[in-house]
Amino acid sequence: MSEKDIIVSFSEVQKSYDGVSLVVKNLNLDIQRGEFLTMLGPSGSGKTTCLMMLAGFESATHGEIYLNGRPINNVPPHKRGIGMVFQNYALFPHMTVAENLAFPLQVRKMSKAEQEQKVKRALEMVELGAFGNRRPAQLSGGQQQRVAVARALVFEPELVLMDEPLGALDKQLREQMQFEIKHIHENLGVSVVYVTHDQSEALTMSDRIAVFNDGIIQQLSGPDDLYEDPQNSFVAQFIGENNKLEGKVTHVNGSLCDVELDDGTRLKADKVNVNAVGDRTTLSLRPERIEFEPQGLENIVKGKVEELIYLGDHIRVRMDVAGNREFVVKVRNRGQKRDLAVGQMVDIGWAADDCKALDFVQ
Amino acid sequence: MTDTTANGGPVLTTQDGTPLKVSLARALRREKMRSLVLIAPLLIFILVSFLLPIADMLFRSVENRIVADTLPKTVAALSAWNASSGELPDENVYAALHDDLLIAVDEKSHTRLGSRLNYELSGMSSLFRKTGRRVDRMDEGNYKEQFIKVDKDWGKVETWLFLKRYSPKYTPGYFLNAVDAEYGIEGIKMKPEDERIYLYLFWRTMFLSMVITGSCLLLGYPIAFLLANLPLRYSNLLMILVLLPFWTSLLVRTSAWKVLLQQQGVINDTLVWLGLVSNTDRIVMINNQTGTIIAMTHILLPFMILPLYSVMRTISPSYMRAARSLGATDWTAFWRVYFPQTIPGIGAGAILVFILSIGYYITPELVGGTDGIFISNRIAYHISSSLNWGLAAALGVILLSLVLLLFYVYDKIVGIDNVKLG
Ligand SMILES: Nc1ncnc2c1ncn2[C@@H]1O[C@H](COP(=O)(O)OP(=O)(O)OP(=O)(O)O)[C@@H](O)[C@H]1O
Ligand SMILES: [Mg+2]
Repeated sequence: MSEKDIIVSFSEVQKSYDGVSLVVKNLNLDIQRGEFLTMLGPSGSGKTTCLMMLAGFESATHGEIYLNGRPINNVPPHKRGIGMVFQNYALFPHMTVAENLAFPLQVRKMSKAEQEQKVKRALEMVELGAFGNRRPAQLSGGQQQRVAVARALVFEPELVLMDEPLGALDKQLREQMQFEIKHIHENLGVSVVYVTHDQSEALTMSDRIAVFNDGIIQQLSGPDDLYEDPQNSFVAQFIGENNKLEGKVTHVNGSLCDVELDDGTRLKADKVNVNAVGDRTTLSLRPERIEFEPQGLENIVKGKVEELIYLGDHIRVRMDVAGNREFVVKVRNRGQKRDLAVGQMVDIGWAADDCKALDFVQ
Repeated sequence: MTDTTANGGPVLTTQDGTPLKVSLARALRREKMRSLVLIAPLLIFILVSFLLPIADMLFRSVENRIVADTLPKTVAALSAWNASSGELPDENVYAALHDDLLIAVDEKSHTRLGSRLNYELSGMSSLFRKTGRRVDRMDEGNYKEQFIKVDKDWGKVETWLFLKRYSPKYTPGYFLNAVDAEYGIEGIKMKPEDERIYLYLFWRTMFLSMVITGSCLLLGYPIAFLLANLPLRYSNLLMILVLLPFWTSLLVRTSAWKVLLQQQGVINDTLVWLGLVSNTDRIVMINNQTGTIIAMTHILLPFMILPLYSVMRTISPSYMRAARSLGATDWTAFWRVYFPQTIPGIGAGAILVFILSIGYYITPELVGGTDGIFISNRIAYHISSSLNWGLAAALGVILLSLVLLLFYVYDKIVGIDNVKLG
């Protein structure tokens, strides 16, 4: 990856609003040209703050942000040329849709003809060709959303920031818009930095995801890696469904390790984020990786069925395993009737690779 | 839904067959009655203590029963007189006048009639006073001669024309007066230039009110902006400072301006002390228009700030951010995006301040001198000093109509539902 492929670079950026606590702690992040990068994290983790610093509405307390290799800490927002979509859209209520779209072109002193042509093209891109003369208040939430996206793109920025742009939409519309935004991104080749706290949104749309927690990037990787190879228990817990088992490392053997759970059960696990024998660890295990016919698997334990939930394509089995009564197993519904019953003791098992030994958190 | 219930089909009914509208109205009537009962005490209070007196007052602007009441027989007799003949009325009329005046003098109402008519034609007061003193000494018969002997005005056709003109129960006289016209012997005409005061006073009232509204807007807009954008902690404090004047008496505040603005006042003293103004030509800032403008701007400022603030508070900062991220400078973002959204607030504030100031009384009275007073000061003068209530009422009606007209124009241009007061 050459220097030229990096459009934005955060270098040791810190941010404090009150001079007492750091909201962003030592952020280092390179965003590649044309990439769809998502900042994902729980509320208050500093995602918006990062975006605001990039857009120029907040200044970094420490560190430098580079845009196309140029430091931009002292460049005012209107000179950065970054498009932005706000959570509440921020469409100017006193202007029509077309005027909203023409605004960035007007302040760039484009000719009337050029403005009209670009506005028309942008409206067509979001399939709102006939809505140019409406006021934002006369549009549905989804339509407003599209206008906001079109407005952020109409002046052809290289980089577009979106702060939870779909937060106000209902589930169905949100899924449709995810698809559309992704589509626009692919067609235009523009770089997108996207903020959300909805993990499924992040997983479906992004090239890479930066998982934020407490002002720190916990993990930066593609959606599949994030799910398959979480680097710490926060990520494992935050992304997808996850079973937690706590224990102590008793033996390390290359990339694997042995772990003894608190009730004495011994398991083999993938050594991801533990250092030495004797460390406490949290084992992370995806519910769909657990088998009820555990022949030939490294880890086999006994569990008691506590609850069965029928969900159509699969069945959720809540079990008591090694003292964890929230242990969930997902079984694919293959048609044949399962002879599972509440209260039954059964053997379950999983491969050592599917069981990640991660850092221990209280 | 079937075709019959669509447009043009039979009306919808409830289960028991009453039309839906009727039963809805019935159901709502109870609610309406209840709200009526709730507001009834205030409604009655306002009606009795406010609306009726005002209506009565406004009615006086055209009311002119005094002539017909004091001189009933004369008025009746005059109606037979051909005014355009150019001749004096005949003996009947003089006899009727004699009869009427005898009673009037008894009741002492002839002097009141005199002063009423004096508003329209000077000399009438003394004519009635003089005649009143002599009327009971007149002999039976040949009144015409005797009246003319008392005062030769009774021998002038003009006097009688005038009496006839003002004998109806209603008169446009007060209104004509209020717009510097008169209903003289020759009909309606403008008064001589040097006697015109009200039109100019109306114009000045409007003009000063506009200046005051403008300066309130200039001073209030930045304050409201600050209020709406400061963190809550500071904005609360600032808000208290804005509201502080409301807790101080209007008189006190106006008097404070006297202390500050007069020629031996604080501001002039300071300027002299700083050497900016020489001691001999201190600036005249009070008892003129400047005084009125300064003091009233100060007093009415909160009425501009509050509506502006309440509108600005609802404008999300993300609009400005969006504008700037789209490439607008701070100024462009403000002017093209923020400012247009504050127009309802400007409208509300401006109309409030303008209407308040157009009818203001106390402050111009105290600091306005002669060229800084408003039409309301003139109204007050006619109510309490000259006792020409009819004229006061006419001026009041004109002022009220002016305000209503402005409201209407404003509604046409800005739209009253665009106005936000909070
Ligand atoms: N203008 C501000 N002044 C002071 N503190 C702020 C300000 N903006 C944000 N914060 C604080 O900074 C922290 C991070 O806020 P930020 O808005 O970046 O979170 P976020 O990750 O975007 O959360 P969300 O998902 O809820 O939008 C929070 O604790 C918040 O209270
Ligand atoms: Mg946020």
